[in-house]
Amino acid sequence: MAPPTLRTIDYAILQQCMHCGMCLPTCPTYDTTKHERNSPRGRIALMRAIADGDLEITKTFADEMSYCLGCLACQTACPAGVQYATLFETARADIERSGVNQNLKRDFWRSLTLKLLFQRPALLRAAGAALRLYQRSGLEGFVRRTGLTRLLPADLRRLEPQAPTISPRFSNRLIAPVETPKGEARFRVALLTGCVQDLAFAEVNRDTADVLLANGCIVETPPVQPCCGSLHAHNGETGLAQKLARQMIDLFPPTKYDAIISNAGGCGSHLRHYGPLLADDPNYHERARAWDAKLKDVHEWLAQIGVRAPEAAPFDQPTTITYHESCHLVHGQKVTRQPRELLRLLPGVTITELPEATWCCGSAGVYTITQPEQATLLQERKTRNILTTGATVVATANPGCHLQVARGLTAAGADIEVMHPMSLLARAYRREQRP
Amino acid sequence: MAFTETFLQSLTSVVPADRILTRAEDLVPYGFDGTAAIKQRPAAVVFPLTTDEVAACVRLAHEAKVPIVTRGSGTGLSGGSVPVPDALVLCLARMDRILEVDAENLTLRAQAGAVTLKIDEAAAAHGLLYPPDPGSMRISTIGGNVAENSGGLRGLKYGVTRDYVMALEVVLADGRVARFGSACVKDVAGYSMKDLFIGSEGTLGIITEVLLKLVPRPAARRTMLALFDSMEAAADTISAIIAAKIIPCTLEFLDRTTTACVEDYAKVGLPTDCEAVVLMETDGHPAAVADEAERMAAIALEHGAREVRTARDDAEATSLAAARRNAFSALARRRPTTILEDVTVPRNRLAEMVTFIAATAAHYNLQVGTFGHMGDGNLHPTFLTDERDEAEMARVHQALDAIVTKTLELGGTITGEHGVGLAKKPWLRQQMGDHSYELMKQVKAALDPEGLLNPGKIFD
Repeated sequence: MAPPTLRTIDYAILQQCMHCGMCLPTCPTYDTTKHERNSPRGRIALMRAIADGDLEITKTFADEMSYCLGCLACQTACPAGVQYATLFETARADIERSGVNQNLKRDFWRSLTLKLLFQRPALLRAAGAALRLYQRSGLEGFVRRTGLTRLLPADLRRLEPQAPTISPRFSNRLIAPVETPKGEARFRVALLTGCVQDLAFAEVNRDTADVLLANGCIVETPPVQPCCGSLHAHNGETGLAQKLARQMIDLFPPTKYDAIISNAGGCGSHLRHYGPLLADDPNYHERARAWDAKLKDVHEWLAQIGVRAPEAAPFDQPTTITYHESCHLVHGQKVTRQPRELLRLLPGVTITELPEATWCCGSAGVYTITQPEQATLLQERKTRNILTTGATVVATANPGCHLQVARGLTAAGADIEVMHPMSLLARAYRREQRP
Repeated sequence: MAFTETFLQSLTSVVPADRILTRAEDLVPYGFDGTAAIKQRPAAVVFPLTTDEVAACVRLAHEAKVPIVTRGSGTGLSGGSVPVPDALVLCLARMDRILEVDAENLTLRAQAGAVTLKIDEAAAAHGLLYPPDPGSMRISTIGGNVAENSGGLRGLKYGVTRDYVMALEVVLADGRVARFGSACVKDVAGYSMKDLFIGSEGTLGIITEVLLKLVPRPAARRTMLALFDSMEAAADTISAIIAAKIIPCTLEFLDRTTTACVEDYAKVGLPTDCEAVVLMETDGHPAAVADEAERMAAIALEHGAREVRTARDDAEATSLAAARRNAFSALARRRPTTILEDVTVPRNRLAEMVTFIAATAAHYNLQVGTFGHMGDGNLHPTFLTDERDEAEMARVHQALDAIVTKTLELGGTITGEHGVGLAKKPWLRQQMGDHSYELMKQVKAALDPEGLLNPGKIFD
């Protein structure tokens, strides 16, 4: 069955917005321009105008929906409970179908990424390995020094310095397919390794496995895992997102596990909504709902099962840590208390609240590529806020945020490390064994 | 003349083109405010940054006979900032600077687009308070607050916006700039013209700058929730508290439907099985606060409260008040359209009015959630309906009519704090009587002879 369009979607979802404006102060794009069009209720008004037949899907509308970060801060703020994520994904899918954004260059990049690389994990890892070779061989430095980047097409030139530093070994080389805890095994969980997390932060996956093991979980990590489909759903490729969801459910039958664990805010936010995504699929509908119930963010899961406080400090020196909330962890999954609780368990660590901790850092999936100016504004704002805390470590639980925050700090010349909370916990557990 | 290409051209000579919106996609989101089921797309939206730019725009509009609708953040609840056809919308949201906090004279000067919450935060930095706290204070602008004479949760003790306006800068209908009031606590020079502009809903002039009165920030506060199994018991408690010579800063109530919606959104631990939840807050000197809180709790229990809970700390108190502020929007969780009323009665008639509202909703087979300011008699019965259901909407209007008639019978008013705008217009003459109504129209004609400022609002 075809996914709904703005014209066919349940009109009550659009009507739910009673345009009270409570979302306005939480929207980073409205905050920048003070234009209603760049606000959640403004965007919903445009969608409703399209649903009503008062407006066509235009290039301007497409630009507007591309300007939206999809951070979902509005969804947290909304007293009326508007499902903005649903509207946002429906609008982006509608835009793709309408063709207003079509041009050969864009189509090429979309095909390469959404339809090829992020559909085939092996190919993605091969591309990652090639990128690592480029970064490590000295070729990257040579190309940059000699100005050869100027020979690249404009798009690639902009992207080239943004490419994450690729991990030396991916998750499948770091984590065995099944690992069992030393002591009593209390739970059986599946660990999702992600795409960007796997390429750029494979060690975060290793750390996550270690923390789960230290808390009595048998950890199953299939070496090859499909992409969760989050990028596809956010970028208007609903059909591909559904296909990937089915592959995930086949690989991780929900009945087999006590929990299916995600450690990336952005992925988790999408992963726990397979039920609605596959609502019209008679073969998968039931399993998708079971999957949603089992899908847990790792912080949420640890808080739920009662995490063991580490006995050793993660660092030699007393350390101040601040916590940046991934949008899709706080707004998409409403996981906000648990990561802080886990961090507070770390010996020798002081947690300082980050001003505007829930304000988007500008990473937002591919936003740094599609909206570089706004992404940079948000990155700079985040950096300024971090610098006020006096922290030497920023904890955050999403690879996109991790990259974006780290780059912002580097650009500001700040010697502040970015770490996943799981890496901090794993580090503390490991140091328990030291003589 | 009206809105033409020539007019648009002339506008770009006083405001840069990048601060003028004319594309359909830009205008659709300016076709409404916070009021349900009222929509009208304007011809253009302009964002002035200074009083001079506002004056220049108004002069041009005056010459070209283009209607002007002023707006801030568009959170109004009576349709006051919904455009009229071919209107130029003057959006003052970018005139948002707080110009000065004068801690010696206890005043604050701000541009009209400054956000209410930011004003209170600026006051707080000096140990001062700006008391009016409308539900939308996180985003509403002070210019809009003054134009609507907004109330809030603290109205019982602290009054409303009018009580804090010391002076105004206003652009008149022909583009002249005028100033009314002063920084003096006492000032009886001439007519109190600033009071004419407060609550004038953008129909007499455009407020561009305000001078506000601040008060010392109370050293302590205590927030409590009293839970009741009947609305009458809640109303009796309120009367008894006031009869005991206690003036709390807040006495807010939520009925069962509203409580359920608010709890569903805010998850602050409101009980969903009682008929009325009353939020009580007292502030001031710590000793007085402790004494008043104790007496209020005792009065509530004497009058049948099932339980009285005290907020653990400031954070919990703030989250309870914030949850209450979201009551109206949270009611939208139930049905697609929420028609909000703002009727106000003398507070000793409040229980009678609440009972009447429930009976009226039942009579017309409608869902209603009622909440409001129990201490000052200001009620917000909210009909939960669907604007696409014509038959039901017709019943909603019959119910509204009955509620307004009853309100006026009890010596009440059709609007306590939202303004007349478009939504309450049909009942204004009924409340005011012919002579008062005609006098108001004469004032309008004197200040805006061409009828270009927010035409069709308050009256036709």
